[in-house]
Amino acid sequence: MLFSISWRNVWRNKLRSAVIIIAIALGICAGVFSSAFYKGMADQRIDKAIKTEISHIQVHRPKFRQANDISQFIPEADELAARIGEIPEVSGVSSRIIIFSMASSAETASGVKISGVMPGEESKVTNLHTKLIEGNYFEEERRNPIIVGWKLAEKLNVKMGSKIVLTLQDIDNNIVAGAFRIIGIFNTANGIYDESNVFVKHEDLRRLMELPDHSAHELAILVEDNELIRETQEKIQTLTGNLEVLSWTELSPEMNYLNEAMDLFMYIFIIIILFALLFGIINTMLMVVLERIKEIGMLMAIGMNRLRVFMMIVLESIFLSLTGGVIGVLMGGGISIYFETNRIDLSMWGEVYQDLGYDPYVYTSLEFSLLVNVTILVIITGIIASLYPAYKALKNDPADALRIE
Amino acid sequence: MSVIEIKNLYKIYDGSEVEVRAVNGINLNIEEGEFTAIVGPSGSGKTTFLNLVGGLDKPTDGKVFVDGIDVWSLKSRKLIDFRLHNIGFVFQSYNLIPVLTAKENVEFIMQLQGWSRKDRIKRTGDLLKAVGLADRMDSRPAKLSGGQQQRVAVARALASKPKFVLADEPTANLDSKSTENLLDIMEKLNQEEKITFIFSTHDARVIKKARRVITIEDGRILKDETK
Repeated sequence: MLFSISWRNVWRNKLRSAVIIIAIALGICAGVFSSAFYKGMADQRIDKAIKTEISHIQVHRPKFRQANDISQFIPEADELAARIGEIPEVSGVSSRIIIFSMASSAETASGVKISGVMPGEESKVTNLHTKLIEGNYFEEERRNPIIVGWKLAEKLNVKMGSKIVLTLQDIDNNIVAGAFRIIGIFNTANGIYDESNVFVKHEDLRRLMELPDHSAHELAILVEDNELIRETQEKIQTLTGNLEVLSWTELSPEMNYLNEAMDLFMYIFIIIILFALLFGIINTMLMVVLERIKEIGMLMAIGMNRLRVFMMIVLESIFLSLTGGVIGVLMGGGISIYFETNRIDLSMWGEVYQDLGYDPYVYTSLEFSLLVNVTILVIITGIIASLYPAYKALKNDPADALRIE
Repeated sequence: MSVIEIKNLYKIYDGSEVEVRAVNGINLNIEEGEFTAIVGPSGSGKTTFLNLVGGLDKPTDGKVFVDGIDVWSLKSRKLIDFRLHNIGFVFQSYNLIPVLTAKENVEFIMQLQGWSRKDRIKRTGDLLKAVGLADRMDSRPAKLSGGQQQRVAVARALASKPKFVLADEPTANLDSKSTENLLDIMEKLNQEEKITFIFSTHDARVIKKARRVITIEDGRILKDETK
């Protein structure tokens, strides 16, 4: 009956309860939606980094990544790639030649990362071929084709069909240069990436750098499912012996931190909202207790012990908070689910987002655990908010309370 | 046999200028099955006296024994429990729980005592029938008249099977018809179920029904008459 009394007490002053319930609902709704929004943004950033840039797992010679030393190549990379490709969890393997160099047009020059890729294999690992805004993905049988980002093209003042010269170091430390013709321009919606990456054919770059046949600096691997990355990494390590096999969290720890930081940020944000709401709930519960001093005195007089009086106030506060919390979670959850499949258009500020590597079209990402945790936090807030009012109620002397007219 | 024994009971309020002796050395025995009225003018100490007997207000001095137990020797938690199991309260302004129906108000106290649901339902039905409210069981207090609310309060006071019922001016807010009705019910319960009733009042109709009338003035017993 204690539950029943507390629940019905919530609705004794409908207007007052409604005001605080709406405040809680709106606060929680905003918290849940914001969390889903930022989580979606972070997930998209990570997903894009994996699918466009990093892939799930990469294999290198141990010293290659320290200084991008081009002499640290994997000699029989093609054969190794074929063996890795036989692992059931692997959905694609691409062998890449990597070098940081200079790309020059007739007007200017810019530092770039050149990736020599096998187009057929690369398209199984990254989605660059879907990001072309002009031209094609190495479909033309031309000598020295190159694909560049739109931002680099803008910087070098080049367009489709223009020639650019890549100046680089070969395996014997000689400076060599090659003229490449632009056959495609991509836009990954990551400004920094689009300004600093170019793609050429594996054999063109290998020939220019005079690397041995079948060699590569990097094997990029895509796995069927995120959950299988650790297991697949171990299998690849067994195959590759002394080579360095790293997952995306190790290759790009900042992405992993982004993921963790976003989770933490979401909860801090929600706790700040709940902290602000806490005072509203305390205020309401104090009014409730002060209004019912006589009634609480009567209950204690007829034999309701202090624990039950305490529980009655706590339950009322929990019901009040939880009603608002559940409405807020449902509203926030509903809005977030809608925007999981309907993008939020931030293209008005697109350049700013792209420069930071974020997509200007955001899809929210809602985790069920967030809803559960928010509901638990709301209950905790309700309990905390009830403590002082409940203490005031317990300080009540039944005889004094019953004298109140 | 005495249900209540009161020995040298004092309640003194130390004001900044004057000392108020609300109860000033009362000695009294109340026997089982009594129908006793405590009468006296306003400010004579009737309510304070009932509060001391009911374990709500701590006496400055003296002792209150209920069935041989020194009420004020009990610790706070035991005292609440003692009230729950031994004393029924009827208040001047009814003091029902507004969010509960008549039935739930009566049942509530039995639930605090840990009665089974089946027993609670049966006794609630019997009591509300006894006070003539069998047809208003599911009404909330706001939907009942003052007289009906006070009858629910009487049913609630009796629900716990107390040793005695303390009623503080139970008819003060009732019209004459409701007063008559309530008194008849209380008298019937007293005679048929031997429930001890002690009520403070200055209502002549109540005094007329009482079989023992104790007059208090300035915190002392002025007269103690048994009819």
